[in-house]
Amino acid sequence: MQSLSHEYIIGENGYINLIPFKDYTIDYFSPSIIKDDSKCIRCQRCVRTCDELQNIGALTVSGKGSEMKISTFFEKSMYQVVCTNCGQCVNRCPTGALVEKHYIDEVWGAINNDKKYVVVQTAPAVRIALGEALGIDPGEIVTGKMVAALKRMGFDAVLDTDFTADLTIIEEGHELLQRLTRALKDKDPAVKLPMTTSCSPGWIKFIEHLFPEFLSHLSTAKSPQQMFGALAKTYYAKKTGVDPASMVSVSIMPCTAKKFEANRPEMYASGYQDVDYVLTTRELALMIKQAGIDFKTLADDNYDSFMGESSGAGVIFGATGGVMEAALRTVYEVVTGREVPFEGLNITPVRGMEGVREAAIKIEQPLPEYDFLEGVEVKTCVAHGLANAKTVMQKVKDGTAAYHFIEIMACPGGCLGGGGQPIPTSPEIRRQRTSAIYSEDAHKMIRKSHENPEVLRFIRIFSLSHSDTCRINCCTQLIRPVNAIKRAKGAC
Amino acid sequence: MTKTLKRLDLIFKNEGDSEAILEKTLSRNNEDIISDLIASGLKGRGGAGFPTGLKWRLTGEVEADQKYVICNADEGEPGTFKDREILSSVPHKVLTGMAVCGRIIGATKGFIYLRNEYKFLVPKLRTALDDFHLIMDKLNLDFRVDIFMGSGAYICGEESALFESMEGKRGEPRNKPPYPTNYGYNGKPTVINNVETLAHTYSIFKYGAEKFRDLGVKDSRGSKVFSVSGDTPIPGIYELEFGMTLQRFVDDFGDGDAKAVQVGGAAGFCVPRKRFEKTIIGYQGKLTGVSLPTGGSMMIFNSSRSMYNVLHNYLEFFVEESCGQCTPCRVGTQQLLMGVEAVKRGDKSSDYLNKLLELSEIMRQTAKCGLGQSVANSFSSIVENFKEEMIY
Repeated sequence: MQSLSHEYIIGENGYINLIPFKDYTIDYFSPSIIKDDSKCIRCQRCVRTCDELQNIGALTVSGKGSEMKISTFFEKSMYQVVCTNCGQCVNRCPTGALVEKHYIDEVWGAINNDKKYVVVQTAPAVRIALGEALGIDPGEIVTGKMVAALKRMGFDAVLDTDFTADLTIIEEGHELLQRLTRALKDKDPAVKLPMTTSCSPGWIKFIEHLFPEFLSHLSTAKSPQQMFGALAKTYYAKKTGVDPASMVSVSIMPCTAKKFEANRPEMYASGYQDVDYVLTTRELALMIKQAGIDFKTLADDNYDSFMGESSGAGVIFGATGGVMEAALRTVYEVVTGREVPFEGLNITPVRGMEGVREAAIKIEQPLPEYDFLEGVEVKTCVAHGLANAKTVMQKVKDGTAAYHFIEIMACPGGCLGGGGQPIPTSPEIRRQRTSAIYSEDAHKMIRKSHENPEVLRFIRIFSLSHSDTCRINCCTQLIRPVNAIKRAKGAC
Repeated sequence: MTKTLKRLDLIFKNEGDSEAILEKTLSRNNEDIISDLIASGLKGRGGAGFPTGLKWRLTGEVEADQKYVICNADEGEPGTFKDREILSSVPHKVLTGMAVCGRIIGATKGFIYLRNEYKFLVPKLRTALDDFHLIMDKLNLDFRVDIFMGSGAYICGEESALFESMEGKRGEPRNKPPYPTNYGYNGKPTVINNVETLAHTYSIFKYGAEKFRDLGVKDSRGSKVFSVSGDTPIPGIYELEFGMTLQRFVDDFGDGDAKAVQVGGAAGFCVPRKRFEKTIIGYQGKLTGVSLPTGGSMMIFNSSRSMYNVLHNYLEFFVEESCGQCTPCRVGTQQLLMGVEAVKRGDKSSDYLNKLLELSEIMRQTAKCGLGQSVANSFSSIVENFKEEMIY
């Protein structure tokens, strides 16, 4: 807009300024998205995005003529309506009338507070897009530079969400196996299949609003961000001897819905708010600029230890189909003792950019304890973008699709096309980010979640504690609270 | 007052022969009927003036599994009330036109998009529809007509906004092309005609193209129903021949003191007294000289009226009735209204009117639909002709 007004020499407004005559309100009540009508030019891009891309329709147009504006159901605040906080509208807004809620000041405050120990985690999809906001071409991986920048900015520990992404896979993969065992071996009619992934907070809010009867189909695993938050203030705090009360947990996400997720009242497994502040990729880029760091010339740095190690499986969480691929790598190996039968572990059928992708993987010669899976075709489905999610869920509801496992990401392309990613995000840019993410995976030494040594160490520690309270404690860190106690009473 | 105007009685004449006419027309082949319509020179009576026969032919040529015929009865233009009279007194003529159109283009479904304020017409229309459907069954023609109620937005009279509204969406104009002949209601080829246009097709079916063509002047053939209002002793609905000068019109209908006539409603043009003689009522064309496209609204203002108030009233109407989708119209209408107010108050100099005229021209060129484009018609014709009234 600024370059356009420069090009057309629009210096001053020769007409009457209409703004003082209007009664504009700013809706800043949502933890994710702020809507400021005074900046809005009524282009309706957000409305189309919400309706056509996501099929939610939280944003609509109300009024006509001079009263016409972008509004929500009954003009309610964004946090009171069906909005999933996915942030795709923010990514499309040309004027900043829709922006994510910034937590930049709070984070600088925490960094500059000597009494606070600030831990930061970075999501898989941030490293492949951050560069775009700082003058680097799309598709370039800037993991090392990003870590270096975060350290320079003064974070006390720079850790990787991929660590808990690996944990998620192990948790989710075993849950899938449990459900399959109960369904196929024990013939338990109460077991809920298909199981769906639970790491996209936009998707969670979507299913809560639109398909509440399918909530029990969600995997009980928390999202990597929340697992990380909980573990940071328990496991990590204990390991490093930091008082969790003085710890501030920050996460860098490609997502605006994560801000909402972190603020959910049930996300207090550690006894404190598990994740204090969530920043989007764009906010991080802004902070790097504020700090005066010359990002392009930074030397690469490495994540801190304990919760900084990750596998390729954790990295591909950032792309649509990634969770599915990571889970299959682990589940297939657990069941058969062999690696997935795909060249270079690349399960190409679940990759790609089609809105809904289906793939079946046949299990042959499983280990004795899983012999009931012999010859079973595990049917999977991957969908991204909530419009596609709706199609898939409708099929499941109608009973016309017999899946075992469904991966759903709220944003087109998965996290790499998230609402918190640099603007613009176009199909072409999404493709470049995707290939970046898969090349990062291909270059990793460890490609499978269950081979991540730090994760293995963590699981050993936690599974050594046998008392029930410990188990409940362990579970609450990883599992969404509603299910934790239920799970702990059964086999943990 | 002497009545020199040639009054016609085609449309409202009710001879109870609709079934016979329909049967007669349907016995002819499609191409003949269309050639007749084109030869008659009938143009759309909603105001835009697209040749009706051509519209039907174009829609007929498109391949599609479903097509629609829609009668646009969303008569929202200020000063227009002719469709209401046509629908209440001769609905069968409109329905006959729709049925023939349906046969020609291959549509089995028709709708009357009725503006919400005409709700009181529904019972009468339902009776007419029941009779009509009986005739359809008798003639073995698979064509059904339904009434669709609008909700009161002016913009929904614009054809593509009307489709959006019928589809249950917000009434906002679509980008054109594609035109309704290819992509109309539900994305299917659709013929959408004004109530009066359809009623005229009946006259053509009945009397033949020649008789219709004999009326009017080059480029503007046939008769037209006018809604006459304002400073006239005889307001009402009149069917008149095209091609008369505004002077003759004013002589007949005015109160002797007319200083301006607003032709075509708020979206039309204002013609001052000095140009009455030169202005011919009809569609725009080379031989009709200065002529005006018209939806049939004629508002006469005498010298006791303030044209500033007239303009202010129109602009308030547009500010409220713009759908708000495109910036030229949404912001432009507000700017024009606040601009003339500011000039009147003396907050802005009279030069500012020129800036506003420029703005209205920008609106004409950049607004997305006919509504936004036609704001400039009334604005510029009033401001240019009655500048002193705007300032003092």
